[in-house]
Amino acid sequence: MEMTPLLINAAWIAGAVLAAGMLLSFIRLVQGPTLADRVVAVDALATMAVGALVLIAVITGQGLLLDIALAIALVVFLGTIAMAMTIARGILK
Amino acid sequence: MTLLVAAFLLVGAFLMFLTGLGLYRMPDIFTRMHAATKGASLGVALLLLAAAFVFRDPMVVTKALVTIAFVFLTAPVAAHLLARAAYARRTPLWEHSVIDEGRDHIAADDQPDQRSSQNK
Repeated sequence: MEMTPLLINAAWIAGAVLAAGMLLSFIRLVQGPTLADRVVAVDALATMAVGALVLIAVITGQGLLLDIALAIALVVFLGTIAMAMTIARGILK
Repeated sequence: MTLLVAAFLLVGAFLMFLTGLGLYRMPDIFTRMHAATKGASLGVALLLLAAAFVFRDPMVVTKALVTIAFVFLTAPVAAHLLARAAYARRTPLWEHSVIDEGRDHIAADDQPDQRSSQNK
């Protein structure tokens, strides 16, 4: 599909909305009362980073960026599992 | 077609924004997790679908579909484990919560390794 100005503008607006969501998640990451809150915030932030990479791929036309998005999704899942086990064992509160 | 892709991009990004809003506004960790997991999963799925429509390249479409499947498989698993860990650690619920069914069933010492060591 050719990149019409409508599509480019929609991608930029979506990027702005996504940035607002990332900012709210980051506030939760900074002030979240428990460690589990912060882990949830990091998980959501990483998913949003995947979305941001997809938007950058759409804007620049670089399909290769989707590889990085997949890699981020893989790594963050393992990190969340590891943090959940750490919390469950009571190693960190 | 272009309108459909633009709508996918905007709705996906808006769902991500709702995720952030839910994380910021919800009162305790379990409601926050409820907002974060579902919204982020569907948002990233819509964005990836839009990218698949834009590129029309078999490699990119496959990668997008694989990423969607992976996110949809792993996000509930991660959220479940994290919620269970937080609940077992007696993370306080919202003070207006009306029901708490797991208190008698999920405890902090309900870990398989610790239970097997106690049985010896």
